[in-house]
Amino acid sequence: MATAYNLKRADFIFRNENDWEKILSRTLQRDKQELINELISSELKGRGGAGFPTGLKWKLASEAVSDQKYVICNADEGEPGTFKDREILTRVPFKVLAAMSICGYIIGCNTGIIYLRGEYKFLKSELEKAIKEFEYYCKEIHFDFNIQIFMGSGAYICGEETALMESMEGMRGEPRNKPPFPTGSGYMGKPTVINNVETLAHTFTIFKYGSKKFYDLGVQFSRGTKLFSVSGDTPKPGIYELELGMSLSDFVDEFGDGDTKAVQVGGASGFLVPRKRFNETAIGFKGKLSGISLPTGGSMMLFNSTRSMYNLLDNYLEFFREESCGQCTPCRVGCQQLLIGIKAVKSGAKPAGYLDKLLKLTETMQYTAKCGLGQSVANSFSSIVENFREEMIY
Amino acid sequence: MNKINMTINGVVYEVEPGKTILEAARDAGIIIPTLCYHKDLCIAGNCRVCVVEIVGQNRLSASCATPCQDNMEILTNSLKVRNSRKHIIELLLSEHNADCTKCYKNGNCELQELAAEYKIMSQDLIDLVPFKNYTIDMFSPSIIKDDSKCIRCQRCVRTCAELQGVNALTVAYKGDHMKISTFFEKSLNDVVCTNCGQCVNHCPTGALIEKNYIEEVWEAISDPEKHVVVQTAPAVRVGLGEELGFEAGSRVTGKMVSALKSLGFDSVLDTDFTADLTIMEEGTELLTRLKRSLVDHDPDVKLPMATSCSPGWIKYIEHLYPEYLGHLSTCKSPQQMFGALVKTYYARSRKLNPEKIVSVSIMPCTAKKFESNRPEMHDSGYRDVDYVLTTRELAIMIKQAGIDFMKLPDKKFDRIMGESTGAAVIFGATGGVMEAALRTAYELVTGREVPFENINIMPVRGMEGVREAIIKIENPLEAWSFLDGVELRCAIAHGLVNAKKVMDELKAQKNNYHFIEFMACPGGCLGGGGQPIPTNPEIREKRAKAIYDEDEAMHIRKSHENPEIIKIYEDYLGKPLGEKSHHLLHTKYTERNRY
Repeated sequence: MATAYNLKRADFIFRNENDWEKILSRTLQRDKQELINELISSELKGRGGAGFPTGLKWKLASEAVSDQKYVICNADEGEPGTFKDREILTRVPFKVLAAMSICGYIIGCNTGIIYLRGEYKFLKSELEKAIKEFEYYCKEIHFDFNIQIFMGSGAYICGEETALMESMEGMRGEPRNKPPFPTGSGYMGKPTVINNVETLAHTFTIFKYGSKKFYDLGVQFSRGTKLFSVSGDTPKPGIYELELGMSLSDFVDEFGDGDTKAVQVGGASGFLVPRKRFNETAIGFKGKLSGISLPTGGSMMLFNSTRSMYNLLDNYLEFFREESCGQCTPCRVGCQQLLIGIKAVKSGAKPAGYLDKLLKLTETMQYTAKCGLGQSVANSFSSIVENFREEMIY
Repeated sequence: MNKINMTINGVVYEVEPGKTILEAARDAGIIIPTLCYHKDLCIAGNCRVCVVEIVGQNRLSASCATPCQDNMEILTNSLKVRNSRKHIIELLLSEHNADCTKCYKNGNCELQELAAEYKIMSQDLIDLVPFKNYTIDMFSPSIIKDDSKCIRCQRCVRTCAELQGVNALTVAYKGDHMKISTFFEKSLNDVVCTNCGQCVNHCPTGALIEKNYIEEVWEAISDPEKHVVVQTAPAVRVGLGEELGFEAGSRVTGKMVSALKSLGFDSVLDTDFTADLTIMEEGTELLTRLKRSLVDHDPDVKLPMATSCSPGWIKYIEHLYPEYLGHLSTCKSPQQMFGALVKTYYARSRKLNPEKIVSVSIMPCTAKKFESNRPEMHDSGYRDVDYVLTTRELAIMIKQAGIDFMKLPDKKFDRIMGESTGAAVIFGATGGVMEAALRTAYELVTGREVPFENINIMPVRGMEGVREAIIKIENPLEAWSFLDGVELRCAIAHGLVNAKKVMDELKAQKNNYHFIEFMACPGGCLGGGGQPIPTNPEIREKRAKAIYDEDEAMHIRKSHENPEIIKIYEDYLGKPLGEKSHHLLHTKYTERNRY
């Protein structure tokens, strides 16, 4: 069991030195281009799960020409097994607010919006207090930036950036066709930067310590740290900030209960990694370890040998069938077919070989679904069915 | 802007920037199947049938929603594309009540065509229909909505929103429960639905169809006791051919009359006759209102006056602008005028018992089915129009009767009430009622023909959503001297979304027209909800051309010169707006709720 990498704990996000005012006013003195370059050289990638380079996103939005632009903080944290954004907004809201306003400064806009998950209503009043204090400070330093909260209503799909914007515009939360991308035409058809809560918090770290400090953490292609929401069969569930690039076996050594059968990396839309693959699996966008490397929004669910992988998949598929917006064929009907299909195989109404047909179907979903939801159903489906086929049948 | 160079299936093409992959491919003669795409509507990109492979990308792209880019390499028929497309069709079929042989749209269904093209032989996937609680809404007199046939392409939703601004149909729920529904899931009969049938015309499958009355009409025809009279609307004669093997824009008036006679109708008459009558009544009404306003300074007179021929528009204004009902002309639509006269004037002239008359109309319209069903439309003492068939239903009857439409000789309409003019024919196109009214009103007032070449009033024609025209009246006849120098301000709106624009302006007092023509459907009746499917911008243009050709081919082109019109006033009605016409040809409107 040769591990090439050990688990490295870090403490940036939640370390609260209460210096956001200083960092903010200092950063706002700096040249915009320089800040973009700082962000680009940090190689920070979006922490919501898709991993788009944050610096590039801000750069594109800064180059867009428009009378109005927006910064949106995506706090519609809905991925099963993820609960980090809630903690960030509770414990270090000012880092996020400061990051939003710095983004506003860079791209040229004075309006920030936090799209808060419907179930996080209890965060709202505290967050509003923070915003009030923040805006007061902005006024003091003569920086024009205001932040509003927009409450979601509990649809998983509204975490998808364009569905989120549709929902904010009063439409059904349905993903849009891309292109155009939000940096060119986002909320209200205006150039928009939309970032996950954690991503924004990391930019604060970068502006505070410089990109090098961030870049030196993690591994090639997966720089910096990441918050992990650890749950399931573990003696110590919770939120942990770890450097990217760790191997899954190191992770399980630390968090497992000694009987870990598989880990679901990245929530229901992520992958299930069986024990035999722990060694070769790295957590990051593209690891330096041989074998696979999984991008993630940070959800890590551990399962021990008492858990049925069939029940797990059944549960995920029920979730997707329910949470698909329903507009595109592959996702709407595909999810129904997958769920009813595994039930049919389990009950013997369909032969075991039907699973292969369903795998083909997930391929089509991956190729043709309109947004990330439908495209990523294949991840958990194929990783569970391929690794635990016998559990699906017997 | 520079052109884009791209490759489709290995061949290099030069493409205008801004075009989508689908458009570029179609220009190049490469067919990509579509379902949710419709030329009338915005891009949805939700059916995913049109996916293509962009070389270098793992995922496939919806060609309808993806703009072309320089150096793009597109494959429209790679194995990956084929397999995915087939899968998507299979998925759609698994959620769809695929009992095709028992479907009204059998043979004219885009999903069925695709299934045939991709030879979906076995249903590998599990049939989901038994697990669903699909419902059929049959309460509307015009439209049947069968959710089990729905493929959720949202064409109807976009039609109702973008073309009509009505939003009767919308998307409800999400995930597997996602469906097309109405306000509080009520029946279409109980919501703000204008019955225009544009959703029916835009539905690719059998989820939205017209309520058909074919069997009832067959029964009436076969009943020797009954005298069955049929009237045909102007737009039918330029649409019917499309259902029966002709090119779009073919004029098949003579063949249509021939076919109706072969079907066994006792008398084949022309709605155009009452279109001319409408002009007489409505034109006089307009002039009366102008006089009351300009001479008597009557504060109660309602101007602008709005046309009332389009039953979709009537129900729309009843729901959404009830405070403006006084602006509507009190004239019934030509169909209902015809119905009222058939069981009175016609019955008397032909010495028939009106009780034994069955009055059928062939309309490009589904809202006419609702209109004939209105309780106030019984002025003849009987139900004025018994059955309304769409252009499509007539085509079905012709096919059922084994008539070889192509080979039919041309025949003429029967008399009486079969004579018409070019002015009546153009009722079928947007701007037509306006043009016909102007031809007559101008001449009544000035004694001269309208000052346009060949009396074609070009400013009121076209497909622009809202059009305006100003006609200046100079040197009128003695009786109309108060109109001297008056500029008659006219507007035309077609498609209810455009009607909404004009009405909102009117509400905000931003316009000051005298006369407005409103048609519920895009392009006017020729683009009606009961017309052949497909209907799209090009086809509407062709039908419009046919309408205007038909007008030019008529030897009488002004309503007041129609000899039968002159005769009906002499023999029966007396004068326009007289007591008899007030009783038979005019109506009142009902304020309706928004919910």
